[in-house]
Amino acid sequence: MDTVIQSLGLTVAYGSQRAIDNVTVSFPERQITAIIGPSGCGKSTLLRSLCRLVELTDGVEIWGRVIFDSEDIYAPGVDVTDVRKRIGLLAQRPYPLPMSIYENVAYGPRIYGIRQRSALDELVEKELQAAGLWEEVRHRLNEPASALSIGQQQRLCLARGLAVEPEVLLCDEVTSSLDPLSTQRIESRLIELKQQYSIILVTHVLRQARHLADYVVFMYMGELIEHGPSEEFFANPKHEKTRAYLAGEFY
Amino acid sequence: MILHRRLVKDRIAYYLMLAGAGLSIALVPLIALALAGRASTLLDQQSLGKLMFSVTWSPLKGEFGFLPFVVGTFWVTGLAMVIAVPLCMLSAIYIAEYAPNRLRASVKPLIDLLAGIPSVVYGLWGILTIVPFLRDYLIPRLSGLTRIGLLNAENPTGYSVLSGGIVLAVMVFPVIISTLDEVFTAVPHGIREASLALGASRWQTIKGVVLRRASPGIIAAIVFGFSRAIGETMAVMMVVGNVAQIPRSIFDAGYPLPALIANNYGEMMSIPMYDAALMTAALVLLLVVFLFTLGARLILMQAMRSV
Amino acid sequence: MRHRWIRIEETLMLFLMRASLLVVLGSLVFILATILIKGLPALNLAMLTQIPRGGYYLGKEGGILNAITGSLALAGGATAISFCLALAVAIYLHNFCSSERWASVLRLALDVLWGIPSIVYGAFGFTVMLFIGLRASLLGGIVALVLLELPIMARTMDEVMNLVPSGLKEASHAVGATRLETAFKVVVRQTLPGLITALLLGFGRGIGDAASVLFTAGYTDRLPSSLFRPVASLPLAVFFQLGTPVADVRARAYASALILTGMILVISLLTRYFSRWGMRNVIR
Repeated sequence: MDTVIQSLGLTVAYGSQRAIDNVTVSFPERQITAIIGPSGCGKSTLLRSLCRLVELTDGVEIWGRVIFDSEDIYAPGVDVTDVRKRIGLLAQRPYPLPMSIYENVAYGPRIYGIRQRSALDELVEKELQAAGLWEEVRHRLNEPASALSIGQQQRLCLARGLAVEPEVLLCDEVTSSLDPLSTQRIESRLIELKQQYSIILVTHVLRQARHLADYVVFMYMGELIEHGPSEEFFANPKHEKTRAYLAGEFY
Repeated sequence: MILHRRLVKDRIAYYLMLAGAGLSIALVPLIALALAGRASTLLDQQSLGKLMFSVTWSPLKGEFGFLPFVVGTFWVTGLAMVIAVPLCMLSAIYIAEYAPNRLRASVKPLIDLLAGIPSVVYGLWGILTIVPFLRDYLIPRLSGLTRIGLLNAENPTGYSVLSGGIVLAVMVFPVIISTLDEVFTAVPHGIREASLALGASRWQTIKGVVLRRASPGIIAAIVFGFSRAIGETMAVMMVVGNVAQIPRSIFDAGYPLPALIANNYGEMMSIPMYDAALMTAALVLLLVVFLFTLGARLILMQAMRSV
Repeated sequence: MRHRWIRIEETLMLFLMRASLLVVLGSLVFILATILIKGLPALNLAMLTQIPRGGYYLGKEGGILNAITGSLALAGGATAISFCLALAVAIYLHNFCSSERWASVLRLALDVLWGIPSIVYGAFGFTVMLFIGLRASLLGGIVALVLLELPIMARTMDEVMNLVPSGLKEASHAVGATRLETAFKVVVRQTLPGLITALLLGFGRGIGDAASVLFTAGYTDRLPSSLFRPVASLPLAVFFQLGTPVADVRARAYASALILTGMILVISLLTRYFSRWGMRNVIR
């Protein structure tokens, strides 16, 4: 199992409060890793610190390293936009950009200097297909993205994220605002996408973690408690807290 | 019967407050009606359109052409907006998007303070600094450029539409900036993050996403600034020169509508129709400002609701 | 290549933004400094404690006590009246008005009133005074300023009352209080600092406005004595003294502006103090 991204002693604090404390963990390549834990355990913070989005919050402090492609993404001189391009994020709620469906998907590629209409057309179709949205929107690409349903918007955001060809896809509770059917659609997309992408998924739904994950990371109160391959983790949790969590004693 | 008395009190209070609320709503039509009543003696004789496009202003002969004043108003207001809008946009973007919370918290009261400075103080500041700067520095230096019409400096005094524009620009800074700040803050954080997560830089995100999303609110903020500027009286009147002519260059004196009203209230009752003419000017001002503010408010309400 | 251009653009825009903010804040400092430097030399005790004597406007002895007291009377009277009116409107909005639509129409009307230029209020006040046969007087000035201050105060109070949690009102209704009792015993008490902020905002606006009192209050060298006599005001004192050719009198205009600005600064500081104090006390 190859490692795609690795955190070393990663600590993130908001003011005096440590959201994650000294987390060292490796995420496997081309697999789905699920980060689970009760709410407020720092799983979202961990995810967001992997693509350097956590630093946008006012007054946040970050220590430790995150190794990606054998480089520390927090090292001085690293181009943060390049990091964020290569490590994509799909947020909890869909945030379509204030433009058309087509423009949403083309937004990233345009930033990276693709101007040719035919190339963009091709890319938009490809990514919308990868996100499983193409058939539904192919005749109304110029409508505003806000006209789509929430479930469609989330798949649009997935297509938009894929369009910049990231290597890692971070998913932050991406189905928590969706209805069961849309959730199912997104989940099946993710399973398909792991052929090409390394996916790291934050979820508080245990069923989803069992269903999707190849590897599981369990966090509690900002600390990393246990991690391991999915089957082993669920079948034979080592830590007492993990057992309690899996048994549903707290959530 | 104590309970009964309490309920009666409640009822009476209700009607009193309803009256207060009704008054607030009825006030704009009431003002318009009162002004129109005074203005009617003039408007019965000449149509508003004709008055607006007529150039001759000579009250003693009964000629009340508003064109120089309307043009003067738009010169001063236009110049103010040309100066204020870019500065306010950049400042507001900085305050809302880049500044750390602490800076933001200390800048906002200063902006509020700017809003609280009385109009005459702005005017005095203009007389003491802007006018001499134009007279002693800018105009002598630009004297070679007389061929460019807009910069033609036939009026060397410094009391000019440009002075009015500069003073007015500073006066509308707080209006535009605080509205813009509100508008930018209402843009959900998630769409900024969505753009940044794709590898866009901060400025690219602002340019491509935030400004686009905020565009109705930006328009509203600019219209607010405009309608505030158009009715501003004392400060402009003190620096603009007050010559009833159509300004041809930024260094020419102008005579905006509010200044016309304020300057002539003293003699308006002694010349026939003069009062009607000035009240017509006030009515026009009211209608323009009313439409602009109403429009901007509606846009802003819509923009804030879609959040 | 691409990366370099993006970085240059980012740096350039950031520079422009900082420069703009500096211009905006710089203009504030510039204004205050100008008024201070020009006004301070001419400021003396007589300015504050005496009314204009004979030949004052030619440079002889006297002060602008008439304008200071006149302004206080105008703004004080207007603020007292608009405070009651605005409080009624705000309480109506929050405790009595049951239709959301009607409330938003009312808010819109207040917002529009807020934007109406003071010269229009002045002109309106003037036409009303002509109609009822009132001459330029303290009363006329107060009426014009009430109109000017009402929307500011009402909307500010409305915003403050928005912060009162609806549960608090429900709790009061639940023990059998009427709407009026809830308004005064719960909402007003809870928002008192905010209401004072609104009061100060209105007062500050009223004391600084010239265009609305120009027609309605007139100007006089005497102290205010009756509601039906003209009164002087500070902004107009600045304006009129500035219009003379005598340098000493113009210097007094600067000093008058300094006095006015000083009052505004004090009001603004008090406003800050009360709004911060208010935030601390609000139960969220």
